[in-house]
Amino acid sequence: MAQLINAMPGAIAQGLIWGIMAIGLYITYKVLDFADLTVDGSLCTGAAVCGILLINGVNVWVCMLVAFAAGMLAGGVTGLFHTLLGIPPILSGILTQLMLWSVNLKIMGGATIAFSSRNYSVVITQMELAQAILVAFGFCAVLIVLLYFFFGTEIGCALRATGNNEKMSNAQGIDVRFAKVLGLMLSNGLVALSGALLGQYQGSADINMGRGAIVIGLAAIIIGQSVVSAFGSNFALKLSGAALGGVIYYMVYTFVIWLGLDTDLLKMLSALVVAFFLGASYWKKTCFPNRKKTAPAGAVTGGEGKDA
Amino acid sequence: MLRLQEIRKTFNPGTVNAKTALDGLNLTVADGDFVTVIGGNGAGKSTMLNAIAGVFRPDSGRIEIDGTDVTNMPEYKRAGILGRVFQDPMMGTAADMQIDENLAIAARRGKRHTLRWGVTAAERDTYRTLLAQLGLGLENRLSSKVGLLSGGQRQAVTLLMASLNRPKLLLLDEHTAALDPKTAAKVLQLTDEIVEANHLTTLMVTHNMKDAIAHGNRLIMLEAGRVILDVSGEEKRKLTVEALLEAFMRVSGSEFANDRTLLS
Repeated sequence: MAQLINAMPGAIAQGLIWGIMAIGLYITYKVLDFADLTVDGSLCTGAAVCGILLINGVNVWVCMLVAFAAGMLAGGVTGLFHTLLGIPPILSGILTQLMLWSVNLKIMGGATIAFSSRNYSVVITQMELAQAILVAFGFCAVLIVLLYFFFGTEIGCALRATGNNEKMSNAQGIDVRFAKVLGLMLSNGLVALSGALLGQYQGSADINMGRGAIVIGLAAIIIGQSVVSAFGSNFALKLSGAALGGVIYYMVYTFVIWLGLDTDLLKMLSALVVAFFLGASYWKKTCFPNRKKTAPAGAVTGGEGKDA
Repeated sequence: MLRLQEIRKTFNPGTVNAKTALDGLNLTVADGDFVTVIGGNGAGKSTMLNAIAGVFRPDSGRIEIDGTDVTNMPEYKRAGILGRVFQDPMMGTAADMQIDENLAIAARRGKRHTLRWGVTAAERDTYRTLLAQLGLGLENRLSSKVGLLSGGQRQAVTLLMASLNRPKLLLLDEHTAALDPKTAAKVLQLTDEIVEANHLTTLMVTHNMKDAIAHGNRLIMLEAGRVILDVSGEEKRKLTVEALLEAFMRVSGSEFANDRTLLS
């Protein structure tokens, strides 16, 4: 039991870092309705860029900024694959992800690099867990506030409309291709930033560190959504839900390891959890199609009277 | 205001499904005209509107709006001078966004999107006034998600959105066909009011001959991708459904084969 309690601060810190990744994924998966597999590669790109710059004596904040930019670049590639070459979303992401495998190896000059907090000045490390939780929480909070305001601007609204109804967006003069590329760039920038923090936290970057990241991110979004949806549908709340979902995911993860579960099975379990929740919402729609919140299509004066 | 010259469009060319939707269509619409468009299924009514809106590029021909050649202009750029309402009430609005946000997006049609606020407080006041004129009680539900509204309410909001910024051309594609008769009548009445108040040049496609006769100052009938009947002014005011059917048979040499139109 003491072992479990001792492991929790680390789970919370890691969960918050993955929460940033989930917030990034939220932009593509929920706002743009685009299942973006780029993230499996861009997470590692963020850690690799941040690590290699740190090793070369660059200030850690500059490292993270460049990592963010690298992630944006990766997202931009996926966006152009989709909008310019007409490649379906999932395949666009897979192609970029595969490219990033090579890119990440080239950035790091090998499969792993180490940049321990003992030798480099970093903003977050597992050696200082209390501080790590505070820093990761600060990042989440600032990003949620910034994104909340961003999605209230004209460009932000255009992005949301694009994910909501492409035909309407076109008719209302929104360049949906631009909106998609921008959303993918922003999303992968955040995922890379999360990777940069994760790299610092672990003191290393590894070519495999992003494998299955999209599943963890989706799990965080889905878990978080089911928790915060009871409190309303505010956008900031939904983003907070994604971060919270990351924390819950890692706490459960730590718990099942403590129970003695074979760690080889963890990825399968994560995937099954996501499949279960996605399946549940599908079956809910299939079996209870009438439980929609809309009034019948005809009535002019129908509909629900209160605000959403 | 609008000039279509020899517009041709064939879908799935070179296949067994090849369908010539527009076959050398010519149409000139004057500033302030309210044109109702009728025709059988597959006559090219929606295709004509989509060609004007830039959903696709015609195979040949030229489209001019207010003296500007827009034939090769992409849809989202053309949107700045157009207002559109679709047949499907779900299509014209973003369901997960608020009423005021939807209106604000429409108000920014054709403008550059910046990092300024998506909806300002001053705009909200304007929208409240405009929504009150619809008489549907929506003025108190500015921050409701559009997805919570009924089909008729959504269509009314879409109509309002389409009229913001006074578009050079309002395109209504059977925008009441999916509504029940009572709701359809209400939305049509709103259409008349909005077109009148903003002096909008309008093209309204409809399946309903009575509506086509009762509204607007000019009526055109399409058949096989061309205009086969064009009535306006005094002649249109005297038009009856029987006269229209007769005219159709005379011009096209066949029965007006459309159950929905005959029944309505």
